[in-house]
Amino acid sequence: MKITIDADKCCAAGQCVLIAPEVFDQRDEDGVVVVLDDAPPADQHDAVREAAAICPAAVIELHA
Amino acid sequence: MTLSAAAPAPLPVQPPSGCPFDPPPEFSALRTEEPITKISLADGSWAWLATRYADIRAILGDLRFSSDTTLAGYPLSGMTGGATAGEHRGFIRMDPPEHSRLRRMVTREFMVKRVEALRPEIQRITDELCDAMEREQGPVDLVEALALPVPSLVISLLLGVPYDDHGLFQRLTGTLLSRTVADDERALARTELRGYLDRLVTAKEAAPGDDILSRLIVEQQRTGEITHDDVTSFAALLLIAGHETTANMIGLSALTLMRDEESAGRLREDPALIRGAVEELLRFHSIIRNGPRRVATADIEIDGHLIRTGEGVVVAVPSANRDEDVFPDAGRLDVCRPNAQHHVAFGYGIHQCLGQALARVELQVVIGTLLRRFPALRPAVPVDEIPFRTDMSIYGCHALPVTW
Repeated sequence: MKITIDADKCCAAGQCVLIAPEVFDQRDEDGVVVVLDDAPPADQHDAVREAAAICPAAVIELHA
Repeated sequence: MTLSAAAPAPLPVQPPSGCPFDPPPEFSALRTEEPITKISLADGSWAWLATRYADIRAILGDLRFSSDTTLAGYPLSGMTGGATAGEHRGFIRMDPPEHSRLRRMVTREFMVKRVEALRPEIQRITDELCDAMEREQGPVDLVEALALPVPSLVISLLLGVPYDDHGLFQRLTGTLLSRTVADDERALARTELRGYLDRLVTAKEAAPGDDILSRLIVEQQRTGEITHDDVTSFAALLLIAGHETTANMIGLSALTLMRDEESAGRLREDPALIRGAVEELLRFHSIIRNGPRRVATADIEIDGHLIRTGEGVVVAVPSANRDEDVFPDAGRLDVCRPNAQHHVAFGYGIHQCLGQALARVELQVVIGTLLRRFPALRPAVPVDEIPFRTDMSIYGCHALPVTW
């Protein structure tokens, strides 16, 4: 799994951080998403898929 | 006169008789038979009403459905919260790029780690209010004793609004969010709140403190990014949004758990379940009952219906969150529901609730504390005597007498 994000679209709702805190964080200056691990281990894949599905601004893209 | 000439029905707001926790029953039929339908608004105009989860996510996630209340066709009639189409309207009634520029000035204040750092303070406030409740002999109104003060104290602290003025801003907010007061009364309340916050912002300009409004003044107003009036608009938006919503979720959540001993018992046994339970309670109660609203800026097809440029759309959040296509057995409160967080109780799209992380922590703390400290908490009156807020754009209980 490979994660890419479109940070310009991020509205800093923070749901990805709640769902997958080992993979996503928010930057201090404005809460916009930061990817901590863009190729997360398998045990994180379900949480990352959930974060992508819930993201209100469709910022998180997943690639095989 | 033919049937087709009849005006469409208004937005359904009444829960089914005897079932105060269920959304208006019309929604379930609409989802099946006419998921995109027309409703009439208070001024005689009409708007589209969307009731299915997938359609509502499609609408709220599509920037061509505008939040700009100054655009022709925006369904303003019947909007509450001090609806204003023009100046001082706040960023929730704007589109990008201006919306994003303004929202990002405050997003860091509500991000997950900042809110988590507030958890001990929220717990302290909750404990003190619970101590005061315990000292009471007779029944207390849980809304007045706990549900309203917790979020009200927290947002006052964050914004730097003196909590001693809570009587004033709680009264004005109540008028602003009422669907049944006359428009001119709401306009007066809006002017009064604006005057109060205008004076507060002026005082902070002279002596900034350690709070959100002061940081906006120092970092954004003094650098020319925004004006004094913009800071006042931020203050109004955050103050209104910051306490009424969470307060009503606290009241309804407490009441449902008082009446659902099995769920309450599971949460008491395993407090780790409270996080998920809060998502389910948000889904189940869906307190936003008068929108969100948009206006189409292009001809857009949703679920086979063409919505034309300049036509208004109202989405029914409580209906989306009871859509069986997404939430099986949606009418049941299941504190372990695996996909509860897919709810749209905070909206969806770029306008999704700015304060959601704060609302979640407040709910987790208050519900967890109530379950632990008041295991015998129960309504002090029959449920049909509890005044539910069908007259407000945010559902809940006006008062909730409890005993233990």
